[in-house]
Amino acid sequence: MNADTAAWEQCSTVRVIPPVRPRKLAKVPFVELAEGRLQGVVSSGSDIARVYVSSIAARTHDYSCSTNNNRPCGGVSGGPCKHLCALVDEAVLQYGIDRVARYLHVEVGPESGGGGGADLMSRLSGSRESASAAVVFSRFLRHLAYLELPDTTAPVPELHWFPATEAVR
Amino acid sequence: MLGVQLAELLDADPPGVAEALDLVAGFDDTLVHGLARLGEERSAALTALAGAVAASPLGPAVAEATGKVAAGSVSDDHLAALAGARTALLGAVHDARLADLDAALGRTRDAWQEPPAAAPAARSMLAGSRSWLRELAIAGWRGVGHDLISAADQTIEALLAEPELRRLAVLLDGLAAELRASSPLATAERLPARRWADLWARALTLSWEDDVTDLSCAAPPVESVSGRLLLLGVDVHEHGTAVQAQVHAVLEPADGAPARLVRTSVVAAKVDTIVGPALWRLLHGHPVLLTALAERRALEVADLPLLPGGDLVWHDDRATAGEPADPFATARIQLAGALAPPVPPLERHPVRIAEPVLLEGYTTDGSALELDGRTLPVDLDRLPACGPLTPALVAASSACISLLRWDGGRWMVQPLAVQATVKRKPVEVHGGDWALGITDPKVAKAEARAGDAVAVLRERAGRLLRK
Repeated sequence: MNADTAAWEQCSTVRVIPPVRPRKLAKVPFVELAEGRLQGVVSSGSDIARVYVSSIAARTHDYSCSTNNNRPCGGVSGGPCKHLCALVDEAVLQYGIDRVARYLHVEVGPESGGGGGADLMSRLSGSRESASAAVVFSRFLRHLAYLELPDTTAPVPELHWFPATEAVR
Repeated sequence: MLGVQLAELLDADPPGVAEALDLVAGFDDTLVHGLARLGEERSAALTALAGAVAASPLGPAVAEATGKVAAGSVSDDHLAALAGARTALLGAVHDARLADLDAALGRTRDAWQEPPAAAPAARSMLAGSRSWLRELAIAGWRGVGHDLISAADQTIEALLAEPELRRLAVLLDGLAAELRASSPLATAERLPARRWADLWARALTLSWEDDVTDLSCAAPPVESVSGRLLLLGVDVHEHGTAVQAQVHAVLEPADGAPARLVRTSVVAAKVDTIVGPALWRLLHGHPVLLTALAERRALEVADLPLLPGGDLVWHDDRATAGEPADPFATARIQLAGALAPPVPPLERHPVRIAEPVLLEGYTTDGSALELDGRTLPVDLDRLPACGPLTPALVAASSACISLLRWDGGRWMVQPLAVQATVKRKPVEVHGGDWALGITDPKVAKAEARAGDAVAVLRERAGRLLRK
């Protein structure tokens, strides 16, 4: 172990999670790297009350896309649909391509020219699976529920361990 | 802060700090590998920890816990005793460092007075928190997998619903998110051992069910105050699902009592995609406070509860924004004489040290301030994206209002406001300048392109949550 690592390990306020980059949320309100998947929720282009739940498994790269009521997406039978492409694009914006590629276990070389979601997509070779939309959708609802929590004005001294994120410079 | 004061601070070397931190590091290593796999060396680390607190009231409980844990029996009581010992050591480090700071600055600090005990809240969900923390300790960070991380979700959700337990909820949520983001932990290159042990120990302390446990947010405030509040600056804290704007200010009590240093905080829940200047929009329920920050105004406050640790409990409807008040003038005239608040016993930890100071007459390259030949590093990680302060502005600065912090064995400054020269013109930039909206047209345009994250998610929530 080198001295830098030792010093890092003995700091209380080191940043563990890289800052998330701001992105437009209208099309893909929710993206996460969790439970061994890149998963998220894509708003339907035609029906404002409908959303699609899309996911790609790490390692196998098997993918699925269905509505939140578990109706299969019409586009996904012929390969990854536009919802999956949007999911990957937005994940790359939010986390950066390196973090997404590392999570999915995809090699993106420097020759990809810093690549985007389309580049990453072209390197995935999974097949369609039917994953349950319910788990991801409920995680999305839980995510949204944070915005419904009331403010508090009692101090939270524990947040001194969490300095506000610096800009992605 | 004068050069001679900085020299005194940097030269202070309180006895025992290094030894205490070594003992803490030994304990932290047991949490990396898990209490189920202690081995000889890490058992010895626990014994050493117990030795350090042997003469304190914690002594017998920690000694017993050490023996039992080494023998493979890990109960909530034992873990609480160990967390207590670690907390006591870091509390002593905190006290020594804060005493150095007060001595160097000539700052007078009020004595702590124990408030009346709070009525115990409905805390049945604390058992869930304790059991998760126990599983973490047994497994060790290296042994924590997806299932154990997700096991916290239900507990956190229940805690979030209880405003009195928000502190614990916010803490556990922050820890769980970091564990998730660092997975797989078994093969992670490095682990933030000190940090996670800090969070674990504090969470265990907050999960303790005991009438004497002082969750200061639940404790009844001891007094309420009125007067004029002169803001010094704002310190913003944030993780994926919470944001806190903590304002440092000088209170001039209406009854003519001496001025005191206070803080006031507003906390909102958020999600990880709301970042940067959009954070202020989450705090829009406190318009008077945000106005005072953005327009650099004094505040007239009436009957605000003042917690014993110097925290004013903010009520926006009991405040009015008054005359413009230059924070640099406040810092120059009032800061040296204001009475500093005591630190509540359970909050004593070096990360809580965040003392406002005025620094001027220095030279800087942006990464450190040099004053009379002594250097003080700038904590550039604490220039948040929600405000206009940048490393370039710090590099061009000639004066700043900052918080002094101590971490990783050294003092650092976190600038809250700077006076600088940009393109040969003097400018003054404060961290709260964007509280009512971005004032820099270039940044505003970029933000506008990204769209309104808060509004989009609120729309989605409105449509999908209540079905």
